[in-house]
Amino acid sequence: MRWLRYLNQWRGTAKEALEQVSIVAKFLCLIHVTDRYIISSTHVQGPSMLPTLNLTGDVILAEHLSHRFGKIGLGDIVLVRSPTDPTRMVTKRVLGLEGHRLSFSADPLVGDSSISVVVPKGHVWIQGDNLYASTDSRNFGPVPYNLIEGKALLRVWPPRFFGSLR
Amino acid sequence: MGIQNLLWQVTKKAFTGGIIGVTISDRCCSVVPVRGDSMSPTLNPQRNSYLDDYVLVEKFCLQDYKFVRGDVVVFSSPTHFKDKYIKRIVGLPGEWISSSRDVIRVPEGHCWVEGDNKASSLDSRTFGPIPLGLIRGRVTSVVWPPQRVSKIS
Repeated sequence: MRWLRYLNQWRGTAKEALEQVSIVAKFLCLIHVTDRYIISSTHVQGPSMLPTLNLTGDVILAEHLSHRFGKIGLGDIVLVRSPTDPTRMVTKRVLGLEGHRLSFSADPLVGDSSISVVVPKGHVWIQGDNLYASTDSRNFGPVPYNLIEGKALLRVWPPRFFGSLR
Repeated sequence: MGIQNLLWQVTKKAFTGGIIGVTISDRCCSVVPVRGDSMSPTLNPQRNSYLDDYVLVEKFCLQDYKFVRGDVVVFSSPTHFKDKYIKRIVGLPGEWISSSRDVIRVPEGHCWVEGDNKASSLDSRTFGPIPLGLIRGRVTSVVWPPQRVSKIS
């Protein structure tokens, strides 16, 4: 009969444990939804967006609502899944929407041979602010709009550069 | 007072259920209907639209984007903002694909997709290779109608 009592005790504890686990699981789900669909923080680094973003890395807040409603405009800094490596995200500025005609110089260091392109339907042209050290649409062409995953809102770290990005 | 409390309880439960459902459908798997006959006879072998196949799409493949030739995938359209297509991967990065006129090399980070029903399929023969980042999941099996439940090879 003793094992019946042990079983009852175990059942009470198990119920409590299950409740705690379900609270944690619900919280993690909430974090996932907020991070993917509302707002998230990203660490960006690299020289391709100087002087807007620092070389040694900034933490920026990005919102994930605008691109779902098609409200990405010219001049927005966006987080894009890289077309050359789908496991990486890149941060660039949108300089052309579908139907726009753009001209850029093939190599900004030598000469000014200028190439003119028209952005096809459903694509955007992204470019880093630092033309000399950025692989962007001048290298891999216009990217499909659906690769955009977020729009940068403001920078939160380092603290002395806190504020909106321009 | 009782009604207000009841409403609040129901809203809380619905909200929690919705959030859990969205997380599972983003990270684990989801069920989507197949429209059109571009994947006949693998999916939607008949032309009646009220007998659409429903397939299970798994999302674990999105952790590292490792696909093999022959995978049937769901991807967002490169030309139309809100559309999603289901096609088969026939070319991985670095491979050469012979389309109607010439031989094309699939660039790094892209893949070549084609529908099984070559006659009526809008795929890479029209819009070129698509970036792997557009892929939203891999189709593993048909789950509805019950007589067509099967794994997709």
